[in-house]
Amino acid sequence: MAAPRSLQFDTLSLHAGQRPDPVTGARAVPIYFTTSFVFRDADHAAALFNMERGGHVYSRISNPTNAVLEERVAALEGGVGAIATASGQAALHLAVATIAGAGSHIVASRALYGGSHNLLSYTLPRFGIQTTFVAPRDLAAWKKAIRPETRLLFGETLGNPGLDVLDIPSVAAIAHEARLPLLVDATFTTPYLLKPFDHGADLVYHSATKFLGGHGVAIGGVLVDGGTFDWEASGKFPELSEPYAGFHGMDFQEESTVAAFLLRARREGLRDFGACMSPASAFQILQGIETLPLRMERHVENTRKVIAFLGGQVAVESIAYPELPAHPDHVLARRLLPRGCGAVFSFELRGGRDAGRRFIEALKVFSHLANVGDAKSLVIHPASTTHFRMSDAALAEAGIGPGTIRLSIGLEDPEDLIEDLARGLRAAKD
Amino acid sequence: MELRVAGNSAYAYTGGKAFDAKLPAIVFIHGGEQDHSVWVLQSRYLAHHGYAALAVDLPGHGRSGGAPLACIEDMAGWIVAVLDAAKVGTAALVGHSMGSLAALECAAWHPRRVSRVALLGAAFPMRVSPDLLQATKHRESDAHGMINAWSHSGYAHYPSNPGPGFWVIGGNLRLMQRQKPGVLHADFAACDGYRVGFERAAQVKCPALFLLGARDAMTPARAGRDLARAVPDSTVVTLDSAGHNLMGEKPDEVLDALVEFLRA
Repeated sequence: MAAPRSLQFDTLSLHAGQRPDPVTGARAVPIYFTTSFVFRDADHAAALFNMERGGHVYSRISNPTNAVLEERVAALEGGVGAIATASGQAALHLAVATIAGAGSHIVASRALYGGSHNLLSYTLPRFGIQTTFVAPRDLAAWKKAIRPETRLLFGETLGNPGLDVLDIPSVAAIAHEARLPLLVDATFTTPYLLKPFDHGADLVYHSATKFLGGHGVAIGGVLVDGGTFDWEASGKFPELSEPYAGFHGMDFQEESTVAAFLLRARREGLRDFGACMSPASAFQILQGIETLPLRMERHVENTRKVIAFLGGQVAVESIAYPELPAHPDHVLARRLLPRGCGAVFSFELRGGRDAGRRFIEALKVFSHLANVGDAKSLVIHPASTTHFRMSDAALAEAGIGPGTIRLSIGLEDPEDLIEDLARGLRAAKD
Repeated sequence: MELRVAGNSAYAYTGGKAFDAKLPAIVFIHGGEQDHSVWVLQSRYLAHHGYAALAVDLPGHGRSGGAPLACIEDMAGWIVAVLDAAKVGTAALVGHSMGSLAALECAAWHPRRVSRVALLGAAFPMRVSPDLLQATKHRESDAHGMINAWSHSGYAHYPSNPGPGFWVIGGNLRLMQRQKPGVLHADFAACDGYRVGFERAAQVKCPALFLLGARDAMTPARAGRDLARAVPDSTVVTLDSAGHNLMGEKPDEVLDALVEFLRA
């Protein structure tokens, strides 16, 4: 008996969640620019509102273009479904708001994107949700920080700014021992490089603005449910395992054994907070995903060439990239990230802030801006831009040196990138 | 709803409404390695449209206690025990795959308890290839992969299940993975060992609906039609572009067919 073959990643990137439009024959995903959808009759309307039938009612809750994106990302991640959101930050907020509330507590990696750190440090406490930050490599600290009111453990696959590799299997085991889920921001890796669900994570989200889209034209986020966490058995999530007055007394875990989280996130969080994605953005991000495997392979290939070049330069003091033997997570990266460690990394330039400024301003191909994951190569020097008000000591606390340069390597000819960087390094020495 | 059946707890989803035994009852019976949640849309709709819905978790599955039942005949007996526990005299039975055989067996032996029977993804014989049966025993993960690949006709579903944004194929895989070790083999061995499908089909006195997937690679529609011909009062509805996971791939069409059948 020949075992059936499931579609592979490259094919799913093109086909999952979409078929040619049965009415028009359109092969590409149509953009459904409509706020609302006509009911067949009164019974159909009531059935949609009461979740007796699946379907679209209003584009804040769901939209056919967005659904293709959601189902495609879920397929690529190996999850049970997803929700497209207005941004990656909206996805993080939706995840937290679905299972945490006033009095809840989160344990999070300290190595987070600044926006996420801000949300957890300053904004969520105003709503009664506290966070304890831990060094991502300190497994004992993760365990010790868990309290009775903890509802979530959270980290990034590759942390900011030193590319700390999250030990997902170990942190997931700690979370599950405490009957808690692990949420992972997988923006830097995408499912092409790492599938967090395969290693024990329960929830994953992306800033789809970055590598999933890849073109730098659309802001968006995607929150994916792995469908593995048993919310009822945990006993800590009455939001998912007890009747909810806000939706006809629905017990979400009873409705769906594997997708209770997503049901509530859509029926409550997306409905009430309203941070939905525009179908135009969903379409644009889908265009990016169609070439995700090809792009990620090239991103990593170019990154390796750039790092090989920088590693031989006297002006470069150090490079933080987990594929390098000197990186503290090198061994872990070889296990979790055999296809590569992404295309965003930092290096330390000798000469401090002034050298950094001269380096940045001499570049011609790299674009100086605050984003990552574009098809075009990007650069930023935090000490002279985003963090320019901070002292060297304050920068050091944030893991940033005066000469730290962050690069996001794009898809250009690598020799052009190397020549551009060589130009910058020469200017930095002047 | 929690019932007590044969000394064990038995769970039944009642469609989001309190169960009322005075209403016409429908019992939904899931297939192998699954649970009540495969019926969530259909059972919820019918519970809100004048029926008393009981989407059961068979013994050892989902939230029900006990060990999985070893044969289809025992499943049929268990369904009758559920009707007794819920104080239901007569019910329509809706079964999928393994559950369709249990519904058929039950309808054959208990004509006064079964008013109608809807059989989805039904076929006879429901033999399981030796390789797959071995995999269900020794390599559950491989078996899940094979079953999931064979159960779906495509990679895009509208409106998806339980709604937009859900990846039907991933959800079905996770649901199988949620069942306890050993359940898969017990279920598939029960299907493989059922030998009396045509005899039981001939005994069925009530109307029967056969709802089949034109692209079903697990229980081919041809074998479903063969079984339907053996039932005196049967109707066959074949859904185009549907595989074995009919409720996941075609939730609206399945519901519409059930509504029409139950109202006839």
